[in-house]
Amino acid sequence: MYSEKVMEHFQNPRNVGEIEGASGVGTVGNAKCGDIMRIYLDIDDDHVIRDCKFKTFGCGAAVATSSMATELVKGKTIQEAMQVTNKAVMEALDGLPPVKVHCSLLAEEAIHAALWDYAEKNHIKIEGLEKPKADIHEDEEEEEEY
Amino acid sequence: MSKRIYLDNAATTKTSPEVVEAMLPYFTEHYGNPSSIYELAGESKEAVSKAREEIARILQAKSNEIYFTAGGSEADNWALKAAFEAYKEKGNHIITTKIEHHAILHTCEYLEKRGAKITYLDVDENGVLRLEDLEKALTPETILISVMFANNEIGSIQPIKEIGMLAKEHGILFHTDAVQAFGQLPISVDELQIDMLSSSAHKINGPKGVGFLYIRKGVKIRSLIHGGAQERKRRAGTENVPGIVGYGCAARRAAETMEERTKKEAELRDYLIGRLSKEIPYCRLNGHPTMRLPNNVNMSFRFVEGESLLIMLDGYGICASSGSACTSGSLDPSHVLLAIGLPHEIAHGSLRLTLGEETTREELDYVVEKIKEIVQRLRDMSPLYEDFIKKEKA
Repeated sequence: MYSEKVMEHFQNPRNVGEIEGASGVGTVGNAKCGDIMRIYLDIDDDHVIRDCKFKTFGCGAAVATSSMATELVKGKTIQEAMQVTNKAVMEALDGLPPVKVHCSLLAEEAIHAALWDYAEKNHIKIEGLEKPKADIHEDEEEEEEY
Repeated sequence: MSKRIYLDNAATTKTSPEVVEAMLPYFTEHYGNPSSIYELAGESKEAVSKAREEIARILQAKSNEIYFTAGGSEADNWALKAAFEAYKEKGNHIITTKIEHHAILHTCEYLEKRGAKITYLDVDENGVLRLEDLEKALTPETILISVMFANNEIGSIQPIKEIGMLAKEHGILFHTDAVQAFGQLPISVDELQIDMLSSSAHKINGPKGVGFLYIRKGVKIRSLIHGGAQERKRRAGTENVPGIVGYGCAARRAAETMEERTKKEAELRDYLIGRLSKEIPYCRLNGHPTMRLPNNVNMSFRFVEGESLLIMLDGYGICASSGSACTSGSLDPSHVLLAIGLPHEIAHGSLRLTLGEETTREELDYVVEKIKEIVQRLRDMSPLYEDFIKKEKA
């Protein structure tokens, strides 16, 4: 059901991991639906994304879109990274099955959430960026039931 | 990929070569229509009767109580829809459970739109119905109790005998979906007081596309398909002769090998559960620890999502299934795992491994190693695991 590109990014995901003292971190999605993405950005003084890492809990498409999204924003300026839409991620992966399109949206949201975190920390405004809505912590109480 | 390890026998099984061999002549040699009168047709007719008798014998039923269908879902649909219609005068209430197969649950939803009142009973944390809940749910309008013999996802076996007694006591029909149980567990319809029972050939090394509904003599039930006189006029249409022959053969094989085979499977099952539970942290067994199908293993691995796990297992030639949303085509994980009280994210991380007659310990050793490796790999990638570890350290 997945394209070769998706499978390749799922089997060999790029940029998995954390960035200690990241300039911006964004986490979106929720465990209830089975997808959580976290993106770490390392941004320099010229507003260029020097490094980008991710961690994802989710299906094959969720992992592949995270991997591709990190590849697409790496080395870009903040404004260029804002142009990395879910469509761009999907196209770069040679498409996704219709039921998995939401994974690419999540990837876009994760990038935006990390940029928002960076903007807040540095008291700057990034044009076109809105406050992220997703909050994964609503499910925290469920952990105790395990 | 060097070798395939098939651990999805609850989805379907490999058709046994013996079964295929038994079926083949009924395609090209004995191809007559059982309803015709010449000798060629007689051979087909006899083969169908023989299969029917074989199956009836295993259930300790009469052969005219076995009605062949095109599978388990058809049998489930028939039992519910036709009983609802036939017993309308008496009432409109049906009792079932929250962990039934969709062939039952979706049929119940269909009937609800047509005036049926359905009670969906909860199950306990092991996936077993509580008899007191069933007793409390009974009303004078109750016409049918439909409870599966054993669950397809988590393997839990239901208290069928007690349900049968309760149904009999109250003069209510009792149907059981035995798709996973027939051929795996001994079933006597009289001893268990079952009025209707659904089953499917391809779960026991038989062919796909054939099943049966057992209907106790005296049960009023409407015909499913109108037309010819096949299946005592209750399910018209020329019989699937090769399929029925295959089912007869598969059922006989399953009954003959049941004791030895299920003993071996249960040992391997417990070995697999033991190793996974011991060697992988933060996992749990889903379903009843002992009262479960001899071939069913269902585990949840925390911080890991099921579809990812399945794709990676497939990369190593291992076939399994999961109750994660991504494998169900909706955003919700398996209704069975939610019914036993699992939080969503843990239900998403479930893995079902169902053994078959050819499964070996060596295969399971390989599978355990691969699951360990994959779970660790996915956890290293999981933000949930990252948060958990940080919290543990703090």
